Amino acid sequence: MAVPEEPSGGLPDTAGSPRPPVRPATRRRFPLLIRSAGMPLGVAAYFALPLSWRGSELPGVKIQEADAKSLLLAQGLPVPPWKVARTPAEVEAAARSFIEAGDSRVVVKAQVLVGGRGKAGGVKLAASAAEAVQVGSQILGMNIKGITVRKVLVGAAADIVKEYYLGAIVDRADRRITLMASAEGGVEIEEVARQNPSAIHRVSADPLLGLLAFQARALGLAIGLRDPLLNPFVAIAQGLYATMKANDADLVEVNPLAIVAEKAADGSTVQRLVCLDAKITLDDSGLARHPDLEGLRDLDEEDPTDAQARRLGINFIHLDGTIGCMVNGAGLAMTTMDLVKHYGGAPANFLDVGGGARHDTVRGAMELILADPHVNAILVNIFGGITRGDEVAAGLIEARAKQSRDVPMVVRIVGTNAAEAARLLQEAHFETATSLDEAAQKAVAMSKGAAR
Amino acid sequence: MSILVGNDTRVVVQGITGREGEFHTRASIVYGTKVVAGTRPGKGGQTAIDGKVPIFDTVAEAVREAGANTSIVFIPASGAPDAVLEAVDAGIATIICITEGIPALDMVPVVEAVHRAGARLIGPNCPGVTSPGRAKVGIIPASVHVPGRVGVVSRSGTLTYEAVQAMTDAGIGQSTCVGIGGDPIIGTTFLDVLRLFRDDPETEGIVMIGEIGGSAEEEAAAFAAQHLKGVPMAAFIAGRTAPPGRRMGHAGAIISGGSGTAAEKIAALEAAGVRVADSPTQLPRLLVEAGFRP
Repeated sequence: MAVPEEPSGGLPDTAGSPRPPVRPATRRRFPLLIRSAGMPLGVAAYFALPLSWRGSELPGVKIQEADAKSLLLAQGLPVPPWKVARTPAEVEAAARSFIEAGDSRVVVKAQVLVGGRGKAGGVKLAASAAEAVQVGSQILGMNIKGITVRKVLVGAAADIVKEYYLGAIVDRADRRITLMASAEGGVEIEEVARQNPSAIHRVSADPLLGLLAFQARALGLAIGLRDPLLNPFVAIAQGLYATMKANDADLVEVNPLAIVAEKAADGSTVQRLVCLDAKITLDDSGLARHPDLEGLRDLDEEDPTDAQARRLGINFIHLDGTIGCMVNGAGLAMTTMDLVKHYGGAPANFLDVGGGARHDTVRGAMELILADPHVNAILVNIFGGITRGDEVAAGLIEARAKQSRDVPMVVRIVGTNAAEAARLLQEAHFETATSLDEAAQKAVAMSKGAAR
Repeated sequence: MSILVGNDTRVVVQGITGREGEFHTRASIVYGTKVVAGTRPGKGGQTAIDGKVPIFDTVAEAVREAGANTSIVFIPASGAPDAVLEAVDAGIATIICITEGIPALDMVPVVEAVHRAGARLIGPNCPGVTSPGRAKVGIIPASVHVPGRVGVVSRSGTLTYEAVQAMTDAGIGQSTCVGIGGDPIIGTTFLDVLRLFRDDPETEGIVMIGEIGGSAEEEAAAFAAQHLKGVPMAAFIAGRTAPPGRRMGHAGAIISGGSGTAAEKIAALEAAGVRVADSPTQLPRLLVEAGFRP
C-alpha cells in the first residue's frame, strides 16, 4: 500500500517488534516513570482514567459490599468487623454488640449494587442501639435508584484521620492489571478524574511477576504515605492484586482506604490503614472455576429474565422498544437493533442465541421475547456459519405452534443451510426477507401496523 | 500477497478431534488450506479427518515432523491459555485462538509471553483469519468471500460475515479478513492489523468493523488520520442503540461511564476522514466513494 512511512516519534511500531503498542499518545506515562532492565514498570499520574473502568457502570457480576469485604479479609486485608442485618431487630442486636464492645458510634449502610447510596440517604451514623434501629428502619425498604434495600451492613464508626482511594482493574488498553491510588479518597474517582486528574496515580503490575513491592511502594509514596504506614500500604495494594487474581475479578476497589485513629491497650492513640468500603466485580468468564462465588450474585437486584437467559445459555438484555430481536452473534445482534432504530422502530431487546443454536434454544429465546408485553413485532436475523439455518427455522416453526400469543414476525436466514430454511419457512407461511435492511424495514412496518 | 495467512501457511489444529475442531478443519481443507497436523495429547500417531491429517501429541512435534508454522486453537476455555503458550514454546509464529469465554486475567500473562517471544496471537474469542483464495484459518464461512484487494478487520463474528458478504455481492473482493476478537484482552488490535494492511502491497482499501466498548477504534482512527492518508477506508460501528453499563454479548462490548459509545467512535473515525456506514450494506459504496476502484 502506497502510504508514507511513519515519522519517528509516532506510535511505536509493532510489526516484528515483541512489544505491543499499549499506549496512545494521550495516555503516556508521566514523570514518575520507573524502568527496570527493559521492563517498563512505572507509576504515573494520568489525565484520564483507563477506559475499561468507570465507577457505577461496570462489566461483570457486581457483588455486595459485605461480600466484597469477605473476599478482602480472605486475602488478609485489614477490614474492620461488620454484621449484616435484614430486620430492625437484627440491626439492634448488631449495633448493641459493637457498642458493648466499646465503640461509641455505629454506621448503618444500605447494601445495594447501585452507586450513590450515601447521597440517597442510605448511609447513616448512630450513637446508640436505639438510634441504630431508628436509622436502620429508615434505610431498610428504602428505594435507591429503583432498588429496594433488603439488607444493611452495621459496623463500628471509624475515627477517620484521612481518606485515600485505592483500586485495581483489568486495563484493556495496557493489557495488564493496573492499580490506581489517590490522596483524594472518599469521593467518586470519576469526580477526581474530572476535577484534579493529576491526583490519580497509577502503576501497572508486571504481567508475569505480579505487583512488585517496589511498585506498590512507589504508589504509596506518590499519594504521600510515609513510615510507618508505607509498608502496610504495600501489603494492602498487593492484597488487592491477590484478591483480583484469587477471584477472577474485573475490579477491586477500596474507597475509602482510611487512616483511622484507634486506642491502643495502653490508652495511647495509634493510627493504622483500614479498608472502610469495598467494591468488587467478577469476570463472568471466571465464574465457572469459582462455584462458591456464583452464590454472591444478588438475584434480588437482577432482572428475572437475566436468570432465564443464563439457563438457556443465551445473551439477553431487555430494552424499552416494541420489536423483539433474535440474532446469532453479538455484533450482528447489536447491528440488527441499530437498523431497527435507523428505520424508525425501537428494539425491545438484545438477544444473541449464540453459535450453533439448536431448535430448543430458539424456542426458549422466543418465549423470552414474547414474555415482554410491549413486543408487537419480531425480527429474526440469522447468518449461518456454525449455526444451521434449517435448525433455526425448525425451532421457529415449533415455537410458533406453542406460543402464547401471535405476533407478526419477519425472518431472515442466510448462510449455512439457508435454502432448506427458506423451504421450511415458506411451507409454514412465514414472512421472510433476504437482506438485513429489508428485514428491519418490514419489522418496523409490522410494529407500526400493530400499534394502530 | 495477503497478511497473516497465505500460500505459505501450514496449519496445526490444536484440538482437532473435538466437534468444532473437526468441523472447521474439514471446511478449511475443502477451501484449500494446508492443514499439516493436528494435536490431541495421547493420540499421537493416529490420524484425523478421514486419514488426511496426522495427529501429534505435542505442537513441538507438529512443527518438527510436519513443518507447521501457524496454529489454530479449538481447545475449551480452561485449557486454551496453555494451548497458546505451548504453540509459542514450539516456535509457532501465528496463533489464532477461536475459544470463547477465557477469563480475562488468564490472558494477561499469555499475551505478554506471546509478545516477548515475538509471536503473534489473534483472538481469543475470534472467528479467525481468511485470505480468500489462499488460506482459511478460522470459522468464517468460505461462501462470503471472493479474492480481491480490500482488507477487512473486525471485532465481531457474524457481523463480519454480513459485511464481507455485502462487499462480495457488490463485486469487491478481499485480500485478508481478520477477526481480532471481542474480548477485553486480545493479542492483536485494530492498530496492529492496520499496520499490516498498510505494509501489504496488495491491500488497496480497508474496511473496519468496530463495536462499543474500549478505545481501540479511537486509536485506529488516530492512526488512520496520520498514517493511512489516501487509503480508501470505510467503517461500521455496532451498538448505536446499546444501553450503557450492560455487556452486549462480547465480554469487551460495554459502554462504561458514558465512554466507549458508538457515537464517540463514529465521531473519531469521521474526524479522521473515515466514512462510517449506517448499515453494513453501505460499506461497498462508501469504499468506492472514498476512492477505491473495484
